Amino acid sequence: MAPHDLRRPFKRPAISDQQRRRELSLQRQAQNRLDAQHHARRLASTLLFLQPPQSDPEADPEPDPEIAPEAEPEQVTSPSELDVREASKLKGAQARKWFARQLMLPEWMIDVPDQLAQDWYVFARPSGKRCFVVSTNGTTVSRLRNGSMLHRFPSALPNGARTRDASGSAQSYTILDCIFHEADQTYYVIDMVCWRGYSLHDCAAEFRFFWLNSKLVETGAFDPPSQYHRYRFSLVPVYNCDQSGLSAAYTEPVPYVKDGLLFYNKHAHYQTGNTPLALVWKDENCSQYVIDTDSKGQVPSQQQVVLELQDNGNLTTSDEPHVVFGCLDGDFMQKSGLCCGNLLRFAISNGGLSFLDGKLEKADLHYLGKSNRARAFADSYSKVMFQYMARHSPLKVDDLLASINSSIEQENKPSDDQEMVG
Amino acid sequence: MAMEVTQILLNAQAVDGTVRKQAEENLKQFQEQNLPSFLFSLAGELSNDDKPVESRKLAGLILKNALDAKEQHRKLELVQRWLSLDNSVKAQIKACLLKTLSSPAPDARSTASQVIAKVAGIDLPHKQWPELVGALLSNIHQLPAHTRQATLETLGYICEEVSPDAVDQDHVNKILTAVVQGMNASESNNDVRLAATRALYNALGFAQANFSNDMERDYIMRVVCEATLCPELKIRQAAFECLVAISSTYYEKLAPYIQDIFNITAKAVKEDEEPVALQAIEFWSSVCDEEIDILEEYGGDFTGDSDIPCFYFVKQALPVLVPMLLETLLKQEEDQDQDEGAWNIAMAGGTCLGLIARTVGDDVVPLVMPFIEENITKPDWRQREAATYAFGSILEGPSPDKLIPLVNIALSFMLTALMQDPNNHVKDTTAWTLGRMFEFLHGSALETPIITQTNIQQIITVLLQSMKDVPNVAEKACGALYFLAQGYEDAGSSSSPLAPFFQEIVQALLTVTHREDAGESRLRTAAYETLNEVVRCSTDETAPMVLQLVPLIMMELHQTLEGQKLSSDEREKQNELQGLLCGCLQVIIQKLGSSEATKYVFMQYADQMMELFLRVFASRSATAHEEAMLAIGALAYAAGADFVKYMPEFYRYLEMGLQNFEDYQVCAITVGVVGDICRALEDKVLPYCDGIMTQLLKDLSSNQLHRSVKPPIFSCFGDIALAIGENFEKYLMYAMPMLQSAAELSAHISGADDDMLEYTNSLRNGILEAYSGIFQGFKGSSKTQLLMPYAPHVLQFLDSLYMEKDMDDAVSKTAIGVLGDLADTLGSNAGPLIQQSVSSRDFLSECLSSDDHLIRESAEWAKLAISRAISF
Repeated sequence: MAPHDLRRPFKRPAISDQQRRRELSLQRQAQNRLDAQHHARRLASTLLFLQPPQSDPEADPEPDPEIAPEAEPEQVTSPSELDVREASKLKGAQARKWFARQLMLPEWMIDVPDQLAQDWYVFARPSGKRCFVVSTNGTTVSRLRNGSMLHRFPSALPNGARTRDASGSAQSYTILDCIFHEADQTYYVIDMVCWRGYSLHDCAAEFRFFWLNSKLVETGAFDPPSQYHRYRFSLVPVYNCDQSGLSAAYTEPVPYVKDGLLFYNKHAHYQTGNTPLALVWKDENCSQYVIDTDSKGQVPSQQQVVLELQDNGNLTTSDEPHVVFGCLDGDFMQKSGLCCGNLLRFAISNGGLSFLDGKLEKADLHYLGKSNRARAFADSYSKVMFQYMARHSPLKVDDLLASINSSIEQENKPSDDQEMVG
Repeated sequence: MAMEVTQILLNAQAVDGTVRKQAEENLKQFQEQNLPSFLFSLAGELSNDDKPVESRKLAGLILKNALDAKEQHRKLELVQRWLSLDNSVKAQIKACLLKTLSSPAPDARSTASQVIAKVAGIDLPHKQWPELVGALLSNIHQLPAHTRQATLETLGYICEEVSPDAVDQDHVNKILTAVVQGMNASESNNDVRLAATRALYNALGFAQANFSNDMERDYIMRVVCEATLCPELKIRQAAFECLVAISSTYYEKLAPYIQDIFNITAKAVKEDEEPVALQAIEFWSSVCDEEIDILEEYGGDFTGDSDIPCFYFVKQALPVLVPMLLETLLKQEEDQDQDEGAWNIAMAGGTCLGLIARTVGDDVVPLVMPFIEENITKPDWRQREAATYAFGSILEGPSPDKLIPLVNIALSFMLTALMQDPNNHVKDTTAWTLGRMFEFLHGSALETPIITQTNIQQIITVLLQSMKDVPNVAEKACGALYFLAQGYEDAGSSSSPLAPFFQEIVQALLTVTHREDAGESRLRTAAYETLNEVVRCSTDETAPMVLQLVPLIMMELHQTLEGQKLSSDEREKQNELQGLLCGCLQVIIQKLGSSEATKYVFMQYADQMMELFLRVFASRSATAHEEAMLAIGALAYAAGADFVKYMPEFYRYLEMGLQNFEDYQVCAITVGVVGDICRALEDKVLPYCDGIMTQLLKDLSSNQLHRSVKPPIFSCFGDIALAIGENFEKYLMYAMPMLQSAAELSAHISGADDDMLEYTNSLRNGILEAYSGIFQGFKGSSKTQLLMPYAPHVLQFLDSLYMEKDMDDAVSKTAIGVLGDLADTLGSNAGPLIQQSVSSRDFLSECLSSDDHLIRESAEWAKLAISRAISF
């Protein structure tokens, strides 16, 4: 048994660079694996699968209608998982589906909500392209509802341009819900989703609008365009939906072309997808596009609807639960080579829609063909109904005003219940 | 049945190669024809005092090699072979061995000692040879000294060979009694005393119970301390070795003896011969190691439940210990810096001083500073070097507040010394000290920078100048530059203070790599390593210059590949250089590939680079392979799907790497690169998957492959599944059973040691990452039902991991994520199964409230996926 070697490292760094290279590689690989896992978990769960990029020549034929195309009730992507940077790598139908799910989409107003004056805001919707505006890492990108990029530009939004912006991390991002108005090349901001990395999904509209008003002005986003701020941003006047507010939104002149009125429930969170807590309403006075046009921009003589074919032959809306508008028989399906999941276009013929106890009982449908493949979802019930009403017995602005008045009257009426004081 | 083997054994050591070969062939035949007779013949030869020592020694050696092998797989075979031998033969062999311990021939005794220990190593854990310890102990008292010596040596070897739990406490007590008696001053024979002292060194691990008994411990300690005063040098040295071992094994029992030990060690350091003085210093280094570990583990904050408290022995001894060590610093040897194997009292003393600084922090500074001030300007180089070394040693440990004012004063002095001191030894230590300053006191974490706009120019000029000095000094200068660059690694995309010097630094480093004498003092390696760090820590503004390096380094690599006829020595150097160049390219690839802007320009070199890497695989050097493989992984990551064009050529080397059991590092790295390629190519990797999966499955089934490679192989299954999705279908029937049985094995940890726990957790993590990738890969495909049969087992695995309660955070995170992936992919089909599992309730809710946000994030995911799966 010889004496044991007791030499210790002398004047040597404790770690060799080779070991360091090995460890850095392992770290990188572990990080990449984690990223891949995240990617799979966040995105593959919203999209059924990823397809190779495909071109998307056919634009949505509708002039940016506020359809409510949410097909599934569950909120697949929780707000904290929203990561526009990752989603921007998606292409085609996947991108459309993903982005469509990230915006709050109003239902069409087919009856007037109670408490309109107390619980709701109203504002005139600018005519234009609904989009996300995301600013992060020194650049700003706007994306349409279908995920395609509208502009990439420097802006005065937080981290929106490569300027020395001392506040906050360059990685943190800001997401605005906007409508781009072509005529004056302005982004009208209608809602705020995320501010300097702070998500506003779980905040009530009241707070979001307050935040929008107070924060945006600090950034200089309202300034005229300049080298580091290519497009002007602007707010829309938002009113309490009382009589004067509604009238103002409906009649007051604004610097933009109006396309209907938007109603936002003050207490509602920014719920992605289709929600009855935001509503859109239009008439000829405040919108050029009340009645749907076809792909050539013409108003068809008969109302057209897009419905989804179910495996039992039922034709349904995109709502959950589905609303059934009719049924195809198996023979017809086989002959036309149709299968479950197809989106089909129908005209509503002379028989129209019939109702029983407020529920749709029967629809007189005439098959036109498969829908434009750029469509991601069938029409929602509220859209079909609004369009149907617009052709037959539209909900008028007077009806809205009347509803506000009647609720005020009710409030002023002395209550029947009298508290006993003895 | 014993055969005459003497002549064969002698022939096997003959000078004549033909004779030797013939003899070896004969031995081999004999062994194959009749193993029991062969082993018995060898034992008989060893024990026969009439035979020549040479044949006896070789007989013992062959016997020993028939019982044990380095290679794990072979070792297990030999153990089984011995256990299955006929008992009567084994008894005869053992008798021969024990008899040999009384032989007058020292070599025969010593060989027998080792063979007995090997047999004991197999037999004792299997409860065989119970009479061994008794038989040895009966030798102790009555026989001649040389038998006592051989017996004690045998006991020592046995303690080294056998684990403590294989020997019962009664035997342990008897062994220790015999050993300590043998060490006692009353033992007049020095050989016996030395054998006993060395035996105690090995037996200390058996003495847990005895060290807990005050009387017995006092006795052992007294005898060890007395032995350190023995006139015989070797005995003093062995006794100090025992003290060193005691300081780490029984640190918590040292308090009553520390004063005496201090006196003994101080005397030895001052007066004794170097081998003894070195052990005495090592005692304090070892105490420092213990206290550093304790203080790191508990952060100095002691609660009732910390296992071992810190006794602050070093702090208490500080006022005497530090001056004692400072004295040793003046005993340098000439040219110790050029001698790789050097180890002397000055080096040991300086190293110990460095450990002391890490143990006590600020307190060491005022004790060392006067020594530095007094000596640093002295005409004798030994004094200047000792002062500089002392300063360098205390730079790690004390607080920056304490050190920075001193460093600010010392810095310019050191820069001047590095340029002007006439002594190489002083310059070497000065450059090293500068490196330590930059390593510990320079970086974004420190509030007051020691390197500023005003002095950076001078620092760099001096270091670059110093790189032209003799190799050992130049190597230290490279090291200092390494840490200088590292301090700027957090500069991010903003401007780095090194940027204005970047070109100059790179040029100087490349010049160093071309020095004629760059092979000395690992200078070339240091220059490339520093170049790597400079590149790693560079910023966007110097990216164009990093890009210019690419063709340069590629040219160098190309030159090493041009086929000249080389001697094996030259080839080895060539391979080493190839490794360095591949390493450098790997760093550049990672750097330039990480930003879209530079990646685009850099990728123009990808084809040529890949061609060079593939040519490196033609060499037989594991290091070069490893570096080339790492570089290819980085390239795949940077190239993304475009990497597919290299696959047809690269594939065979990938397969070769996966088959390299011998250099398991190469295998492990290749497995990692498979992951890189999967992520880069996604489904385009499909054509190669049959081959890759086959190889990975073979690797897993092999018991020759180092176990550390197995967890990454499982993770790699996940990478492949995620890349090719439902195409993983055909591998399910092979991969799933393997995962399943590995999961069963890893659910419970056998043995309680930390290494095993760590390994088991890394194995679990690999298995879980495989499940995760497979579930996610199948997500959304029409074939998810193929995974249903495996779901119960996966859930069971998660449940049992949860019940065992010994997962680390990484495993918890992956495990709860798998629960989510399973629910996500199988949806409502798995709903009832999931609801039955403990994991979906208790484990999930525990993870949801975890402190670790990564665990919470995975848990949120699982919760969401489960709620969807069970809501249908």
